[in-house]
Amino acid sequence: MPQTIVKARKLRKEFEISQSFMQSLRKKPKLKVKAVDGIDFDIYERKSMGLVGESGCGKTTVGKLVMKLLDATSGELYVKGQDVTKLNDKRGIKAYRRMAQMIYQDPFSSLDPRFKVYDILEEPLLIHKIGDTMDERRALIEKALEDVRLTPPDEFIDRYPHMLSGGQRQRVAIARCLILNPDFIVADEPVSMLDVSVRAELLNLMKDLIEIQDLTFLYITHDISTTRFFTDYIGVMYLGDIVEQGPVAQVLDNPIHPYTQALLTAVPEPEPDRLDRVKEIPIKGEIPSGTNVPQGCRFHTRCPYTKDICKKTPPSNKEPLEKGHKAKCHFAGDIEYKLRVIKLGEGGKAEKVEEIKPEDISY
Amino acid sequence: MSTKRILSVKDLSTHYFTSKGVVKALDDTNFDINGGESLGVAGESGCGKSTMALSLLRMVQPPGKIVKGSIKIGGLDVAQLSEKDARRKLRWQKISMVFQGAMDIMTPVYTVGYQMKEPLKYHKDIRGQKADEICMRYLDMVDLDPELFYRYPHELSGGQKQRIVIATALLLEPDLVIFDEPTTALDVVVEARIMNDLKRLKKELNNGMIFITHDLSILAEISDNLAIMYAGWIVEHGSASRIYKNPRHPYTQKLIAAIPRLHKDIDRLEYIPGAPPELTNPPKGCRFHPRCEHAFAKCSQVEPKEYFEDGVMVRCHLYGDD
Ligand SMILES: Nc1ncnc2c1ncn2[C@@H]1O[C@H](COP(=O)(O)OP(=O)(O)OP(=O)(O)O)[C@@H](O)[C@H]1O
Ligand SMILES: Nc1ncnc2c1ncn2[C@@H]1O[C@H](COP(=O)(O)OP(=O)(O)O)[C@@H](O)[C@H]1O
Ligand code: SF4
Ligand code: SF4
Ligand SMILES: [Mg+2]
Ligand SMILES: [Mg+2]
Repeated sequence: MPQTIVKARKLRKEFEISQSFMQSLRKKPKLKVKAVDGIDFDIYERKSMGLVGESGCGKTTVGKLVMKLLDATSGELYVKGQDVTKLNDKRGIKAYRRMAQMIYQDPFSSLDPRFKVYDILEEPLLIHKIGDTMDERRALIEKALEDVRLTPPDEFIDRYPHMLSGGQRQRVAIARCLILNPDFIVADEPVSMLDVSVRAELLNLMKDLIEIQDLTFLYITHDISTTRFFTDYIGVMYLGDIVEQGPVAQVLDNPIHPYTQALLTAVPEPEPDRLDRVKEIPIKGEIPSGTNVPQGCRFHTRCPYTKDICKKTPPSNKEPLEKGHKAKCHFAGDIEYKLRVIKLGEGGKAEKVEEIKPEDISY
Repeated sequence: MSTKRILSVKDLSTHYFTSKGVVKALDDTNFDINGGESLGVAGESGCGKSTMALSLLRMVQPPGKIVKGSIKIGGLDVAQLSEKDARRKLRWQKISMVFQGAMDIMTPVYTVGYQMKEPLKYHKDIRGQKADEICMRYLDMVDLDPELFYRYPHELSGGQKQRIVIATALLLEPDLVIFDEPTTALDVVVEARIMNDLKRLKKELNNGMIFITHDLSILAEISDNLAIMYAGWIVEHGSASRIYKNPRHPYTQKLIAAIPRLHKDIDRLEYIPGAPPELTNPPKGCRFHPRCEHAFAKCSQVEPKEYFEDGVMVRCHLYGDD
């Protein structure tokens, strides 16, 4: 059994929404957003877990809780056996920050434009008092640049961020994490702003680092296709909860929660022969506000399979297929995953519905 | 169905004359678009996609300038048009455009309806009740509740706003609509719904469409034809299905192989080492040669010409017989 690096239990984070002056005069009760609403997950050593879902579903909040950039409202979060929700002394937090590092989405704003690459990479060393002499620190910095394949390091070490491409900047951001030799990295949309080829190159690099540097990743993204390549395990979030989770290939090939099913039908795939067909996307309306999470199953207002029980009783995790592949749906395992397309005739009129079988998917 | 020629672009070059030199953002570009047909344009950032779109609209800003070629649409030669005629006869009426993040430029103080009616008033002198009706019909066409006509932008979601921008671009029944990264800022579910709408509208309205994005998966959903751009050149152009299934140009091959797949386990993603060149000083010969694993002596000396094979244009010395 591999060692668990991160273990979240009933982890919860609520934000109070700021009120207008008038509202506070009228003494209205403060609105609360349930950004993360009691989630459970485990991440094993040297594995990577993906967190996917629509904008605002709580992915970044989970990342920030794990990084201790936010304090949980309730629940437990163990990282290497230590409950970080209970961590509140400065020294403890500082030591924790050395073990866990974060990479952000925007390589253009996450690096200080006034600092050279050398200074950007030296800063964490100074904060954590690593490397006694300048020579020692320089050696560590060069090694970190080599690790992210910015070689030869001499060519990059004296550049400012504006002298780097987007992909190179993101490499510097990764080097800044690696230099502290962390155990665990939270990467929040690390490649979303980059071109396809640069994205592929960086994902390859991050995957190599898992092996070479014994890293464990929490990978947050709205780009689900990248999780198949980069992650071992995936969690699908909807309105603050992980509604389905499991080994990545199982979840993507055999989704059992209606939300995951709808999300996956929507993912564009490089299939050029369906020009006169549109996809049936089995999900209604728009995502409700986090201040107003529906009773019962949180997905019932948009689910095409809603029954009475869904409106009253919140579903707990079921594992109808394989162990470790779970979904919070009363009917998980009974609802078949179907990809349906509608053939369009002259003038764009819907002609007929066709079903696409998994074996017909060539991409 | 008619296959009316809508747009014809010949030898088009657009350069930016900057203090650092001439940026050759678009060079020797040729393509046509017929009614009911869509062209997908893909390539890395900075390869000239937006410059191409702005050229078609005659909206290239100084220091940029169309230096060569012709753009024919509905009896107009865009490259020769005066600014006044470009405003009066070309934009909105013949070609309209949906920019990336267009939804963010809706003015918060006016209702959706007020903003939609502007082009009707300006270009066609349609006002009042009649204008309201037309706008609501187009809102319905992009799958929105016509009641949104009376709402303010801040009351709407990103997806709703983006659809309103699309409806507005269609209002004057232009021959051609250009979409530059139309869904980049949106979630997949919203994106898929909008792509569905656009596919339907393409059949319903039978106009031409150009889609610009770096996301080849999205393009596969909507493009009849594909143009792959590299460093200011179209390097491969033709039927999207043929190009996806059998990419010929080494650059296209790599771009397609770099797409991560939802239903396939891949050990390593393909990528193109190095970075695209500065367009002030593009490499001699084939602009892709410093990054191409098939490059041979001729590639760094001689510019490859357009070569046609099986209806697909490819600009690479591996093809052709000279
Ligand atoms: N500091 C805050 N104060 C109040 N509400 C917040 C705060 N941070 C996040 N939220 C709310 O919590 C919910 C989850 O936000 P979060 O940023 O975690 O989403 P996300 O899944 O990362 O979205 P995206 O894909 O857009 O990055 C949203 O409703 C958001 O508006
Ligand atoms: N206003 C401008 N002034 C100078 N150079 C420009 C301007 N706009 C674009 N360019 C340059 O032209 C090239 C093509 O840019 P663009 O058409 O925006 O590419 P894409 O849309 O494919 O990302 C790039 O090298 C870019 O830096
Ligand atoms: S519990 Fe009911 S509403 Fe919720 S996802 Fe399952 S079927 Fe849909
Ligand atoms: S012309 Fe030569 S360098 Fe250019 S793509 Fe073809 S083989 Fe590669
Ligand atoms: Mg986020
Ligand atoms: Mg652009």
